[in-house]
Amino acid sequence: MTARDLFTFRNRHFTAAVGITAAILIVTAIGGFIVLPFAQPWVQFANVWDAICSAAGLPQRAATVAAPEQTRRLSEVVLTSSTLARPNQEAIGRGATLAQRCAICHGPTGISRADSPNLAGQYAAVIYKELHDFRSGARTNAVMSPFAVNLTDQEIADLSMYYAYLPRLPAYHPTPQLPKPNIVIYGAPMRGIAPCGSCHGSLDNKIGSPWLEGQSEAYMKAQLQAFASGERRNDISQQMRNIARAMTPQEIDQAAAYYASQPPDVVKAVD
Amino acid sequence: MLVNRKLILAHFWLAFAVFGIALTLGAWQMFIRSPIGTWLSNPELYYRSLTAHGTVMGYVFPTLVAMGFGYAISESALEQRLVGVRWAWAGFWLIVAGSIMAVIPIALGRASVLYTFYPPLIGNVFYYLGVVLVVVGSWIWVALMSINLRVWRKAHPGAPVPLAMFANVAGSYLWAWTAVGAALELLLQIIPVAAGLKTTIDAGLARVFFSWTLHAIVYFWLMPTYIAYYTIVPRAIGGRVYSDTMARISFILFLVVAMPIGMHHTFADPQVGAGFKFIHSAFTALVTLPTLLTVFTICASVEIAARLRGGRGLFGWIRALPWDNPMMLALAFSFVMLGFGGAGGLINMSYQLDASIHNTQWITGHFHLIFGGAIVIMYFAIAYDLWPHLTGRELIDLRLIRTQLWLWFVGMMITTFPWHWVGILGMPRRMAYFDFGDPGIAPQALSVTLSAIGGFILLASGILFLVILARGMRAPQTDAGPYRFALAVHQPATVPVALNTHALWVGLMIALTLTNYGYPILTLALNEGTSVPAVYVGAQ
Ligand code: HEM
Ligand SMILES: [Cu+2]
Repeated sequence: MTARDLFTFRNRHFTAAVGITAAILIVTAIGGFIVLPFAQPWVQFANVWDAICSAAGLPQRAATVAAPEQTRRLSEVVLTSSTLARPNQEAIGRGATLAQRCAICHGPTGISRADSPNLAGQYAAVIYKELHDFRSGARTNAVMSPFAVNLTDQEIADLSMYYAYLPRLPAYHPTPQLPKPNIVIYGAPMRGIAPCGSCHGSLDNKIGSPWLEGQSEAYMKAQLQAFASGERRNDISQQMRNIARAMTPQEIDQAAAYYASQPPDVVKAVD
Repeated sequence: MLVNRKLILAHFWLAFAVFGIALTLGAWQMFIRSPIGTWLSNPELYYRSLTAHGTVMGYVFPTLVAMGFGYAISESALEQRLVGVRWAWAGFWLIVAGSIMAVIPIALGRASVLYTFYPPLIGNVFYYLGVVLVVVGSWIWVALMSINLRVWRKAHPGAPVPLAMFANVAGSYLWAWTAVGAALELLLQIIPVAAGLKTTIDAGLARVFFSWTLHAIVYFWLMPTYIAYYTIVPRAIGGRVYSDTMARISFILFLVVAMPIGMHHTFADPQVGAGFKFIHSAFTALVTLPTLLTVFTICASVEIAARLRGGRGLFGWIRALPWDNPMMLALAFSFVMLGFGGAGGLINMSYQLDASIHNTQWITGHFHLIFGGAIVIMYFAIAYDLWPHLTGRELIDLRLIRTQLWLWFVGMMITTFPWHWVGILGMPRRMAYFDFGDPGIAPQALSVTLSAIGGFILLASGILFLVILARGMRAPQTDAGPYRFALAVHQPATVPVALNTHALWVGLMIALTLTNYGYPILTLALNEGTSVPAVYVGAQ
């Protein structure tokens, strides 16, 4: 008994096995590629071949439906984990010079004395993204927008690396440290809210999300409200809008107050 | 004729040791996300644990059991010393090395990607390399099983291959081809990204590759259990296999219809065409065939045993069965769980019904019932049956063994029934905690609590199992005699070549993989612009 006796149509086991398998394959293929596509009254096919291509998952250009008109600009920044991954001394130096214009609001050490955000030691990708968004108009602010419109790509990158390089200093909002509110540690699972720290640095950092410890309470509250109302919409895929919309006003207050009272040392570095 | 007992024992001990650790993690997971635990403030810990639990229970533990059992079958069914013992040890040590290599990044929180890898999530490269080593170690076993059978055939030209070995080799071929999907995913897609050579990954293609492995792997897990059904149980309870031919047909059917059907795991994925989903769904339905054949044949074999013991009547014979025999008990429990689990499986494989339970706790409930329950309880039985032959010492305390099996069965029922139920109510799987204070899911608190209690019963049973085996190493010595497998009512003198070799069925398995997977894989691979940026976990 050798392979030659087996792999021949004279062997009835071979014939039966191959025949039955092929028959099942053909019947199910006819079902899946021809019968079922046409059984969907809501889809129209030009011909059988069209139905087969569709059922096979052949990528096709969607029909002639026009994409909805965008009325407001959205963020066009693409961030990957290698964005600005390698800071260099020269860029940081250039950034330091450029940053003199920013110091009035963001503080000479990157720590704001007003309600503008602190930038010292912020993740580079975050500053990079926000500056791009201000420049493109995806995010607007009466004070920031005019500063950003004239920045070149190179300047944005330099500024981002400079601020990321600055040491993380305690903030200028000397409130006692508050206990963690539930919305911060657990999020709200039933409303699809993850714990803040799973993106914002204390548990994990998802690229493009800033760390928040020590930011101004008024600033953070205003941003959460702007996300919730849709006034601010430069978050990619509505990541923050979806969360802010599902937060209650108390939770917004709690989260803003909590983060404002935190020292920056719990934040994780990016590698 | 078990010569290489140390080798086999090493496989079993390592399997059960890692099982014990993963079981403890499982019980902890169950507890921590139930209303009786407090919420974890760092969900990442949950995913660390889940990755370790899934990787060990899915890849390391069943593979080691299949390997150890396979070596035992090869030596005792073929009555021939294992050829390639050194290679076998090399395979074992590869698995040890791979497991250690994978577990370190998991423990450090650098590979919390879950055992399904979940691209575009990318963890530390050593995690994936560790998994690859485990698979490579198991491929050595596949080769050895094939070689040993070939050596035997040379010495016994034309003779029927003993059923246990025929099935064992079928299982090893199934595994060899099944693992190729995940191997391609790891080697071509994930590892280049994890090693920093690329920063984007085609997650859709990766999922298709993984589905190639994910379905058939469950039949690889099932193989030792089915081999035990056919070749151990009838002997242990004093019966005979009802039909040797039926048994062979079941095993070769697993090769053909269990393998190329994994796309029911991508029903919800947009990158796969609906036509292919339908074909896979239809072929999945065919898997019921070998299972029903097996249920029928085994029930008939058990009935033979009962009638030999004087059982009478249409159902009266059931009472004549040796219910105090652990093997009988394990088989009955296994069948009950297989029945419920199989019924649930029918829902998973139906394109439409699946939508309502996709990614819910139903799925985890389902595979714990069938894998952790029906399959693993037979792993216990296999160990109990082999132990005296491996150690040369008797397992004396049958009551303790029965208690252990009862606890596993009851624990699994209490764990998995409510688990299915909350899944139907829509509770998602792979969540570190649930807000049971919310009126939306407050009614599920009771079910989840029950599951957690069941989990502790399972943990107790698992510990008992390890204790029994450990005590068995020190029991008084006996001569257990040669290890034998069940005989058929009609022991075949000759078997048609198609049922005595695997070539035809392996051929059909590969051909169907090409028809069912070829086009989707090619279009995804050739399509530009389908990759997304990798998301690195724990890369702080
Ligand atoms: C031999 C027995 C078992 C096997 C083979 C097994 C296997 C698995 C696998 C493969 C996963 C999937 C991991 C993932 O979703 O990434 C898993 C998840 C899980 N297992 Fe087990 N397991 C077993 C026993 C147990 C036991 C006894 C418990 C409880 C005491 C348990 C509790 C869990 C939990 C809670 C999850 C996570 C479910 C989720 O969050 O989606 N497992 N198990
Ligand atoms: Cu499957």
